[in-house]
Amino acid sequence: MFRFALRRSAWAIPTLLLVTFLVYIALRMGTDPLASYMRSNPRATRSKIAQYKSVNGLGSNFVVGYFSWLKNFVTFHWPRSIKGSREVWPELKDAMANSARLGIAATTVGVAIGLTIGIFAALRPGGKRDVAVNTVAFVGISIPPYISSILLQLVFAVYWSKWFGNTLFPTSGVYPPGQEGFDLLLMIKHMALPTVVVAIQVIAVYSRYMRSSLLDVLNSDYMRTARSKGLSEFRILMRHGVRNALIPVITIAALDIGAIVGGLIITENIFDYPGTGKYFLSAFGNGDFPLLMPLMVIIVASVLLFNLIADISYAILDPRIRLD
Amino acid sequence: MAWKRFAGHKAALVCSGVLFLLVLAVVLSPFTSRYGVNEAVKAPPNSYLAPSKLAWLGTDDIGRDLYSRLIYGTRVSLLIGLFSAFISVFVGCVVGAVAGFRGGRFDDVIMRVTDLFLAFPFLVALLVVRNMFGSIKWLTYIIGDVSSLRFIIFLLSFFGWMGVARIVRGQVLALKEREFIEAARASGASRNYIIKHHLLPNSIGPIMVALTFSVVGAISGEATLSFFGYGPQPGAGATSLGLLVGQAKGAVQTGFWWIALFPCLVLVIISLCINFIGDALRDATDPRMDASK
Repeated sequence: MFRFALRRSAWAIPTLLLVTFLVYIALRMGTDPLASYMRSNPRATRSKIAQYKSVNGLGSNFVVGYFSWLKNFVTFHWPRSIKGSREVWPELKDAMANSARLGIAATTVGVAIGLTIGIFAALRPGGKRDVAVNTVAFVGISIPPYISSILLQLVFAVYWSKWFGNTLFPTSGVYPPGQEGFDLLLMIKHMALPTVVVAIQVIAVYSRYMRSSLLDVLNSDYMRTARSKGLSEFRILMRHGVRNALIPVITIAALDIGAIVGGLIITENIFDYPGTGKYFLSAFGNGDFPLLMPLMVIIVASVLLFNLIADISYAILDPRIRLD
Repeated sequence: MAWKRFAGHKAALVCSGVLFLLVLAVVLSPFTSRYGVNEAVKAPPNSYLAPSKLAWLGTDDIGRDLYSRLIYGTRVSLLIGLFSAFISVFVGCVVGAVAGFRGGRFDDVIMRVTDLFLAFPFLVALLVVRNMFGSIKWLTYIIGDVSSLRFIIFLLSFFGWMGVARIVRGQVLALKEREFIEAARASGASRNYIIKHHLLPNSIGPIMVALTFSVVGAISGEATLSFFGYGPQPGAGATSLGLLVGQAKGAVQTGFWWIALFPCLVLVIISLCINFIGDALRDATDPRMDASK
């Protein structure tokens, strides 16, 4: 087990290097960092430009440039953003914290609801509840996040205040402009709508996973054994059914992180929520290479990390899996 | 047999009907649309008219009929969806079948790449790769400029084949140990022959399912790109569903609800219908799926 985990982790590092190298090439070709720098700083002196090129590893060919960028990156000499010459790390850190808060809230709500209704659907396949859950899941899958955001904004930003004369859920930002310090209630109110948008996707996906996984388990022999032992129905379902059904679900969950991040990016932009999604799109629009690269490294690293967690957790949870 | 089962799926039948009507309306756009794509419904003032007899679904910022524009936009989006789905499925079938049948190093590498891409946030990958392809001069001669339809179709296919490849590979892995494949191999059939004449025809069910989901994926991919302003520009006032939904973003705050609601509704109806049909196809073509289960 330990050796398996170690070998898998050891593979992650060359993969990370390779993928970030490809991202480096793609960004260097696609956003044209030098031209964007000139656009943002039209009066930059020749020495400034030379310095920008050297700290970002943009001067020479791709391989040499990548390694000089990498050296600055791992020694934490991160170049400043091209627009306004801001420090990258504080900005990235705040954006990630905001995104993480939204992502965790939405995933928690979504997984809890999704798993519960998935279990209910599987108890009586073909029944009324099953059909209802299936329909909900289908509608959820078919509504892209930007559409549910727009519709929610339409209802809450325009019509709620028109009909009721107050703002229940604000539709942009984390705090109203001018707010200083921490206010939990205000924050929850601001986060409610984006959370719902992301949670809808999560609910739709997880209720289906849970339903099909639990159906497989319910038809297996050990369920009959458990019943013949005289265990109560609830106990059978929880101890033998749901526990085993969760194994594949957890694995898929770890792999789904990309989809959740993708949903976050879209949702954050529409609700003007200062997370990584807004960070990414504004940096991408400006061709801001120094802002983009660290974010991409973090995205790639977390994708690999969750892939790894999926593999290892699968092996731990299901001892029948052979590791070699 | 499969048809009977598909017909037993009531929701899917209804969805097929709705989708058929929609496609019909789009194909017959010269008859079904009431105005040209870039034509104002009447002389100014004509902007932001609420739905009325003059313009069934209202007008947009420069007085064009939203209903007619939706029909033209849906035509463009369906075109993008179908073309890139066919390309994705074709490439996915070839890669998936070869990877599954050959196994070994090739299979490992392909599946690792697929895993990585599937786990990567779609929008980020799409935007980064879009700009990269757009910057390669010789490539734009083949696949067109970044704002052309051809380019979008290529881009969406570039990301679309992986899901299909994974499904086909799984199917091939399950099939290749069966006796009839062994029999074909024993009678001297070549690898390509077996893939073409035995493996792919026997995987037709999952491939059809993958095709339907690819269409949805491509349509909503185009819409996502357009929504953020990186989509195709069909030119001369022409539009796509994504562009119309993108307009909705600006219309929300001003309270012109028809501009926000109707494009969203059409997009949701299309993807809901195709998803339902795909699911029914899966039930119908997969003999292991019992209706009672």
